[in-house]
Amino acid sequence: MTSLLTCKEFMQELSDYLDATVDAELRRKLEVHISECPNCFVILDTTKKTIEVYKGVQPQPIPPEVYSRLMKAVEKKLAATHKPG
Amino acid sequence: MAATTDAGVFDESGLLAKAREGDSAAFSELVNQYSRKIYRLAKHITQNDSEAEDVLQETFLKAFEHLGDFQGQSKFYTWIVRIAVNESLMKLRKRKSDRTVPLDEPLDTGEDTVVREIAVWDENPEQQYSREEIGQILDEAVQSLKPAFRTVFVLRDIEELSTEETARALEISIPAVKSRLLRARLQLREKLTRFFKRKGDDVFAYL
Repeated sequence: MTSLLTCKEFMQELSDYLDATVDAELRRKLEVHISECPNCFVILDTTKKTIEVYKGVQPQPIPPEVYSRLMKAVEKKLAATHKPG
Repeated sequence: MAATTDAGVFDESGLLAKAREGDSAAFSELVNQYSRKIYRLAKHITQNDSEAEDVLQETFLKAFEHLGDFQGQSKFYTWIVRIAVNESLMKLRKRKSDRTVPLDEPLDTGEDTVVREIAVWDENPEQQYSREEIGQILDEAVQSLKPAFRTVFVLRDIEELSTEETARALEISIPAVKSRLLRARLQLREKLTRFFKRKGDDVFAYL
């Protein structure tokens, strides 16, 4: 027999559960909890979607003037360290 | 250009070897490859365009300066992320009027895990919001997090560093990374639920 998790205990493990870093026994307990607790099921599902929505975002292009200043600074540095001859 | 191998794969170790020998085209190619992500990271942490630009430049200039110290034990990207994080945090610390929570302050009050909004999300938020609107909602939600939570979330869930890499980059413990990440994720979930929840719906739809 294993003890049931409270919602608070479930919440503490939520992140590790989503990252799949919990051991098998804890994982089973968490899964029992979500099968019986609709609130925690929704929190789990929407937290998972939160992570997914950010993971899919590609970085925007750098504004051209920022990029051009970056490349100028890099070129200047490279020229300064380039050994003559 | 030396950017890719014959197979069209980005040849990072080849470029690094050339850059170490002073090949400026090779180094510029590395800058080109990672500058977008470094700029986004700097903007997320500093929340300031001009500071983010400083961080962007400093990161690549320092990376070039210390290229000889890079041993290749970690990924080049992870290495420059650490430089960018350090530069960004220095900017935050320099702000005299900064009233935000210091990064090393204990944050484990438990209050941040309080859940107020429980609602299922719309299956297709793209039908309700344009790409630009969704981008803005996501950005503003991240910006509203405290710096200690924001930096961990950005490194773990946006830049996709491991827990260990994040701990090293921020010089905090692994349990601190995990605890801040949990709180950041829950706070973002809460904020995004306000936008993405299914209209006229609630949790009892599941019962």
